[in-house]
Amino acid sequence: MSILTASAAELSARLASGELSAREVAQAHLDQIEAVDDRVKAFLYVDGERALAAADAVDARRAAGEQLGPLAGIPLAMKDIFTMTGAPTTCGSRILEGWRPPYNSTITQKLIDAGVVVLGKTNMDEFAMGSSTENSGFFTTHNPWDNTRIPGGSGGGSAAALAAFEAPLAIGTDTGGSIRQPASVTGTVGVKPTYGGTSRYGVVAMASSLDTPGPCARSVLDAALLHSVMAGWDPRDSTSINAPVPDVVGAARSGDIAGMRIGVVTEFGGEGYQPGVEQRFREALAILEGLGAEIVEVSCPHFDYALAAYYLIMPSEVSSNLARFDAMRYGLRIGDDGQHSTEEVMNLTRGAGFGAEAKRRIIIGTYALSSGYYDAYYGSAQKVRTLITRDFDAAFGQVDVLVSPTTPTTAFTIGERVDDPLAMYKADLCTIPSNLAGNCAASIPCGLSPDDGLPVGFQVMAPPLADDRLYRVGAALERELASRWGGGLLDGLASSPAGAYLNVGGVR
Amino acid sequence: MALTAADVARLGELARIRLTDEELAHLAPQLDVILASVARVTEVAGADVPPTSHALPLTNVFRDDVVIPSLPAEAVLAAAPAVEDGRFRVPRILGEEA
Repeated sequence: MSILTASAAELSARLASGELSAREVAQAHLDQIEAVDDRVKAFLYVDGERALAAADAVDARRAAGEQLGPLAGIPLAMKDIFTMTGAPTTCGSRILEGWRPPYNSTITQKLIDAGVVVLGKTNMDEFAMGSSTENSGFFTTHNPWDNTRIPGGSGGGSAAALAAFEAPLAIGTDTGGSIRQPASVTGTVGVKPTYGGTSRYGVVAMASSLDTPGPCARSVLDAALLHSVMAGWDPRDSTSINAPVPDVVGAARSGDIAGMRIGVVTEFGGEGYQPGVEQRFREALAILEGLGAEIVEVSCPHFDYALAAYYLIMPSEVSSNLARFDAMRYGLRIGDDGQHSTEEVMNLTRGAGFGAEAKRRIIIGTYALSSGYYDAYYGSAQKVRTLITRDFDAAFGQVDVLVSPTTPTTAFTIGERVDDPLAMYKADLCTIPSNLAGNCAASIPCGLSPDDGLPVGFQVMAPPLADDRLYRVGAALERELASRWGGGLLDGLASSPAGAYLNVGGVR
Repeated sequence: MALTAADVARLGELARIRLTDEELAHLAPQLDVILASVARVTEVAGADVPPTSHALPLTNVFRDDVVIPSLPAEAVLAAAPAVEDGRFRVPRILGEEA
């Protein structure tokens, strides 16, 4: 199998045996980026020299007989929201263009320490606000399955890099679905760990009570390997959980779901859901049932209010968090002519530096938090958050995991929803409840929608700190589907005419 | 409720964002639609429901007060839009009449 289509787990074994060097692996992916990223546009920044130097360091350590972790020498695409020294961090915003952070995020440091080879920074909706990457201040990323479609968002760059075989691993952040929805529409795996399970230190903040860094990969096992490197208590993040990381790798290797109780959320389906999405979702349920799981219907009545609560809580936190971009200590500064006051410079800088969606959300948050409206908007939304958490608690009293489609439709067309914010927001209908309640959730590919031939994602949700259940169910589904299809969903893209430009077909 | 362009301009100033007339004309009706849609949270937010601000059952988190090195001043100032005498240079903070 070629280097590009191999999983991280396979590459790891071949690196350990000496069959491949980390330099060869890094070079192959840099060449792929060079060859296809003009079309896909997944990366905002690539540093080949740095990647090769990191790969050489891993090769040298291995040659010296050092015992290395499973991800040593594996390339990774990093969402441009994680700080990393020696490279720009833009968060997809012009207001941060050219900013080089003076420190590494905790997760960046963990990856570097594990010998992971960072290829570059991936495109995203500005400050992680969006479902399509169309809100990036730089350019839109294209879905590798169909370049006229969106790759999801906000982490569309990371998901597209995986689907275009530009990297075997990527990382993202999930505030309302920004890891899971891109995974769903690109046929990749994306996991939102339990809130607090992965450190937010050095991750540019959007909505601090919701933001959750997590792994993105082409297989469930690869996501688990990355998860176990990223996760863990961080004293530098006051909302980090001081508890052992669940055995996600063991769960991904096992995939045993015999006797597991799986609850289908009755609220997620019907009107607004693409028939092909629902069909593939139902087929996946039948597969899980065939593997020994018990499928039951579970009602979570307040999930219908999750989107509304989210679009009050998140913008409120955004309006506060984004106040730090004040043109004083770093980032863009406009109008500093010796005449304008500090306040005026802030007004001009933020007016010029933020894109339309960031402005919308900051203003909604400012409104929702203003006196006279606070109780009705922000206060009520916080109560809905309680009701959603109670729905989850009641559901997890009856079942081990909950499931739904990850997003109601397959990848929509670029441009289709830019002038209709509410339609854009609905892409996160099924993913938002887990952010509000803080439990963990994942998206696993479950096939191509028969109506348009595009990937469909299957969402699994588990209780807080039961992240291993996501991997158990994900691995079971992935394994059974792969045996039916004769490979993964992306192997199908690689060998199809639509994926011919990726130039990885036929090398299985 | 109908937000006017003037309302949005006022919110923009509160948030320190200068909006053009074109942006105001575009944003006001969009924000109206969004706010009308999210207002349905009031349908179920009864007086007996306690609010949740955070998913974790954490209150205060303490750590030992240990001295660790700070970032070097040069590394921090390197990212600044304007620097003078080893400090951030900022525009005047008082109004014209001061």
